[in-house]
Amino acid sequence: MATNRRALLKGMAAAGAVVASGVTTAEARARKRAPADAIGMLYDATLCIGCKTCVVACKQANGLPPDTSRGDGLWDAPDDLNSKTKNIIKLYKGEGRQSFMKAQCMHCVDPSCINACMMGSLEKREYGVVTWHGERCTGCRYCGVACPYGIPTYEYDKAFPAVVKCEMCAQRKDKPFKPACCEICPVKAVIFGTYADLLVEAKRRLAEHPDRYEPKVFGETDGGGTQVLYLSAAGIPFDKLGLPDLGPEPVPQLQQSIQHGIYQGFIAPAALFAVLAGVIWRNRKAAARGEGVDS
Amino acid sequence: MSAHAKAQPVGGPIWTRGFRLITALFAVSAVLMIWRWIVGLGAATDLSDGYPWGLWIAFDVVTGTALGCGGYAMAFLVYIFNKGRYHPLVRPAVLTSALGYTMAALAINLDVGRPLYIYLIPIRPSWWNLNSALLEVALCVMSYVAVLWIELSPAFFERWEAGPEGFLKKLSATFHPIVKKLMVPLLAVGILLPTMHQSSLGSLMLLAGKKLHGLWHTPLLPLLFLISCVGMGYAVVAFEGTLAARVFHRHRETSMLASLGKVTGAVVMGWAVLRLLDIVLRGKVGLLFSFDMYGFFFWLEVALSIVGALMLLSGSRHTEAGQFVASMLIVSSGVLYRIDTYLVAYNPGPNWSYFPTVPEQLITLGIVAFEIMLYVVLVKTFPILSGGTSARAAK
Ligand code: SF4
Ligand code: SF4
Ligand code: SF4
Repeated sequence: MATNRRALLKGMAAAGAVVASGVTTAEARARKRAPADAIGMLYDATLCIGCKTCVVACKQANGLPPDTSRGDGLWDAPDDLNSKTKNIIKLYKGEGRQSFMKAQCMHCVDPSCINACMMGSLEKREYGVVTWHGERCTGCRYCGVACPYGIPTYEYDKAFPAVVKCEMCAQRKDKPFKPACCEICPVKAVIFGTYADLLVEAKRRLAEHPDRYEPKVFGETDGGGTQVLYLSAAGIPFDKLGLPDLGPEPVPQLQQSIQHGIYQGFIAPAALFAVLAGVIWRNRKAAARGEGVDS
Repeated sequence: MSAHAKAQPVGGPIWTRGFRLITALFAVSAVLMIWRWIVGLGAATDLSDGYPWGLWIAFDVVTGTALGCGGYAMAFLVYIFNKGRYHPLVRPAVLTSALGYTMAALAINLDVGRPLYIYLIPIRPSWWNLNSALLEVALCVMSYVAVLWIELSPAFFERWEAGPEGFLKKLSATFHPIVKKLMVPLLAVGILLPTMHQSSLGSLMLLAGKKLHGLWHTPLLPLLFLISCVGMGYAVVAFEGTLAARVFHRHRETSMLASLGKVTGAVVMGWAVLRLLDIVLRGKVGLLFSFDMYGFFFWLEVALSIVGALMLLSGSRHTEAGQFVASMLIVSSGVLYRIDTYLVAYNPGPNWSYFPTVPEQLITLGIVAFEIMLYVVLVKTFPILSGGTSARAAK
């Protein structure tokens, strides 16, 4: 029996070493960067007047029905992002100050939702825009569990539901990839542009009016970066607006390092299989000879 | 291996009063399952965009497969550590695993919104997102369900070979030798797959990031899930051993389960120690003494497993009652750990809440009822349990 156990332990150590080396190499999992032609939006909370025109425009451009579930049923008044609402204006109120807040998909640089999705139903398409493809979606809703901003919504009221989220107006027939919300905003509180330009613009505003803003462009690095950028009024930290403090690490980084470490090239599982099969085979042979049934 | 008690069908009538009761429960849930398909998840469950996963994922799938780890844990002991004397416990363990995993697969079909698309997974490898931990779980679980039933198939073949001429006998004559030949790779795959997906069930929640409470969100999630499922696997074997012995009036493998208890106790204790150590090393000790709901559930998990493990490491493991109580504590701790990780410690924000609706609960109960029905029919018809009243199991 001693030989068997030694063989097993050796094999396991070998498999372990493979895993360990995998983990260390995977820790250097390359940081994702926004593609060169990435587009995005910049929302400046100090400019927004809360008129919600963008909410209406978004519904029109996306052909979304009104959400009349609140009140007397006469109002399109969604209480949050939902399967009928890809874009919403919220209001933060606290200590004598208030701020509007626009919520929609952030089009993360390294999106959690994409890492989650089994068949690549969620995908980073041209310009770095994150879109959903129904022909691959199982409706598992792991994307909803994974997204740190609570963005993907689901048609819970349907027997055959779809996942609904802002796709940067990618599917707009007349003007694909031209955000209707940015087009319509009467005070240019939310603007559209290339990611690089928007970042420059956001920083320019910060430098010009340091007293007016929180000293940070949300999305430059947060959670690995987002293609939708935010500026908030001085004294109103971003987490009050519903943008969690994620740190610079991409949300999928930890899971991916571990999974890639274990499954890199499928070496560790294959090694483990070989060891297991070998040990079982020897044990059974020994048992058939009537020895080593027990040890 | 000649010393092993031969597995035999339990026999006896199937349509007993208890069985009728369970069938009724299943019938109710079957109606609800159909209804769920007509009205959608929103009307049937309390799921929402805040809580996309609820009872069915947390209990039926994640916990159900862990409860189905008896086959995995026993295979490790018997075929890898070569403890042949536990052999009589393997077949019943594989049966409960096969049932547990099959029911989990059924629950997945109920939970996902677009189940037909699941069946694209095995046939469209070009679409696979190899970064997705859920893809790994899906592929592993699908294959493992098949592996378990094949591992169990000799129990069917043995019975059919002894039966009358006909299709089943011919089927057995063809496939029994093939299965026998394939047993070694099959057993190896049968150990590899749960190692992979039970740990991945932990990895899944790594992606929940800050939404998962700090006492649960740790890089060790995959390892903790893996160790915990092994402990649960052994505990379920003991638990089932006791119940089967009682219900079917069979000889109970008390002394065998006692030595198994030592292994279980060590594994479970290891889990509890690792869990605490992880909190200390990550500098989250403060959370342990915050005296909130999270702290309470954390301590409950750890306490249940430590008490269970201590019982099995002490003299109590030699008595039937001791084994039973200890395995109950360990199973509860494992169930709680999973429910906590997927629901209780998952916090998507202040405006969301979740509590399973009555239909959700009834469907879960119905699935368990179905599992019991199949278990009863199978052990009464096929040679799965050993230790029949006449044949005393070898020590
Ligand atoms: S905000 Fe959420 S849904 Fe949008 S890309 Fe990021 S992870 Fe995906
Ligand atoms: S619900 Fe659909 S889009 Fe979301 S992760 Fe599951 S398969 Fe992907
Ligand atoms: S980009 Fe288009 S889909 Fe997204 S919020 Fe704006 S209008 Fe709506």
